[in-house]
Amino acid sequence: MSEPLLDVRDLKVHYPVRTGGFLHGAYTPLKALDGVSFDLKAGETLGIVGESGCGKSTLGRAVLQLLPATSGAVAWLGRNLTELDTKGLKAAREHMQIVFQDPLASLDPRMTAGDIIAEPLRNFRGSLSNTEIKAKVKDMMARVGLHPAMVNRYPHEFSGGQCQRIGIARAMILGPKLVVCDEPVSALDVSIRAQVVNLLMELQRAMNLTMIFISHDLSIVRHISHRVMVLYLGKTMEIASRDALYAAPRHPYTQALLAAVPVPDPVKARARAKIVLTGELPSPLNPPSGCVFRTRCPRATSLCAEVEPPREGPDAGHDVWCHHWRAPTLAP
Amino acid sequence: MALLDIQNLTVKFATQDGEVSAVSDVSLHVNKGECLGIVGESGSGKSQTFMAAMGLLAGNGKASGSVRFGDTELLTANERTLNTIRGNKLAMVFQDPMTSLTPHMRVGRQLTEVLQRHRGLDNAAARAAAIAMLARVQVPEPERRFQMYPHELSGGLRQRVVLAMGLLCGPELVIADEPTTALDVTVQALVLELIRELKDTQGTSFVLITHDLGVVAGLADRVAVMYAGRIVESGTVDEIFAAPKHPYTKGLLACTPRLDDPPTVLLETIPGQPPNLQNLPTGCSFHPRCVSAFEPCPVKRPLLVPAGNTLNACFLNHMQAAS
Repeated sequence: MSEPLLDVRDLKVHYPVRTGGFLHGAYTPLKALDGVSFDLKAGETLGIVGESGCGKSTLGRAVLQLLPATSGAVAWLGRNLTELDTKGLKAAREHMQIVFQDPLASLDPRMTAGDIIAEPLRNFRGSLSNTEIKAKVKDMMARVGLHPAMVNRYPHEFSGGQCQRIGIARAMILGPKLVVCDEPVSALDVSIRAQVVNLLMELQRAMNLTMIFISHDLSIVRHISHRVMVLYLGKTMEIASRDALYAAPRHPYTQALLAAVPVPDPVKARARAKIVLTGELPSPLNPPSGCVFRTRCPRATSLCAEVEPPREGPDAGHDVWCHHWRAPTLAP
Repeated sequence: MALLDIQNLTVKFATQDGEVSAVSDVSLHVNKGECLGIVGESGSGKSQTFMAAMGLLAGNGKASGSVRFGDTELLTANERTLNTIRGNKLAMVFQDPMTSLTPHMRVGRQLTEVLQRHRGLDNAAARAAAIAMLARVQVPEPERRFQMYPHELSGGLRQRVVLAMGLLCGPELVIADEPTTALDVTVQALVLELIRELKDTQGTSFVLITHDLGVVAGLADRVAVMYAGRIVESGTVDEIFAAPKHPYTKGLLACTPRLDDPPTVLLETIPGQPPNLQNLPTGCSFHPRCVSAFEPCPVKRPLLVPAGNTLNACFLNHMQAAS
């Protein structure tokens, strides 16, 4: 077994929010991320799923130190990123990149595609000549499926799918070790989405990338990930290998999520059992006691309100945070 | 008799670069108590078809053809006639629940306004009916939400408020444009369940405009697939999903990863990208991306005619159906 490339321990991101009055209210911590741990080996893709407000984007950004962590450790090749100074962090960032959700908004409209893709090279490979940079940029463009002749065009001249390819080229040009993809295909049309997913998977294999793939789309996460983590209200509900999580989910929330994904087959869609979650997502300012999911959980008991579920699970590598994970699955 | 009957609808927009056809020669109908799914990618004309039907086109848009709702021709109807139908018998639920609610008006007022306008109810009766409808669409604590402003509600709640607004007058037909796209899967399941219930118990007809094939499969009775402003294939959901014939429909289904299939190494893809409406390919608009394209495809445009069990606009399917 190889050493983990990335080891995240008990990562918390809390925002102080003034509640009550404008001047006299007290600060309450908004727990966007509350004690998440996982590790990642080289060449592994971790899918992170959950609904809006579960902390999945916060997690991606906190891992890259784009957001300050309140506590916890992000060990990158044995060094704790949360303790590095600006200079050390900049050096580490050479190997860590991010692909954002909104393909157009994440590109500077006043820079050409070529300049956007070349920017990481100019930041980190100062010794390269302009000719070398140009050659590398054109190389990368061809690799992500962009015509190198489009190097001098501006982002608005590209379609959404092409803009996302530019974003991917920018993330990949330094040959990073870790790439965080934050909903990279959510804004794309169905036929373009498949192309970009394939591109990411090809690059991942060819460059032996470690990837954190954040998405609310459970079908795509299943397709692209080796392991999958389910978040709810800033906490991990379940983490397991892709096959275990999708074939035998143990957490009621995972089961409900999977049952809610529409299947493009009318016969199966009519026959499928439905688990309808009642109630609303609780406010992260005032999360439920015990298990955060209990207010919407069909299995909740008084124990769930009193005791926060410990980490347990059926196998090594399959962890569930639920008191009732041994109970039969809610739906097929 | 069809509740909504669209014949040869064409929608053109005057732009700086000349006239652009967003919808070309679209014919479709919705029967009573039926749910028609409209599937397509951005720019396929799926929304503009129904914006034209509702008389809600942007100022530079022009619609021709015919849209009949019951006995009324909507395209030539004046504002006054339209206003007695829209929001009353014919409702539209828009995609973005934030922008389709007025931010400075309480949710309650926005709901009661509809009832007072169309049904002439007094304040108390309108309030009671609006709160009952909020409860019906599963808004928790409807009395409290009634007093709130849109920004105080979550996206899922706002979408349910917009849906409640559409349903207030007991419409015969609801046009829902991507009603669940902005929602999380568990909330989406809730909203879809609600639409199904309304269809089954009240006989309300729905047009469901979406890019999500899974949503259509679970809810619609018939489906029309649009590409570059035209319908390329239509039929019952069972026929289309079990045996899609048009290469574009086939491609769309193949490139959607699904939970009921074992994961594959690479997804199927449709090569290339959707065409620019200002500069459509000759012949069949899909031919540059089509794996089965042959001689006639770039030259002539295939018509939407019955081929096998579905209506189909593809020369290959026409040939196979004829032989």
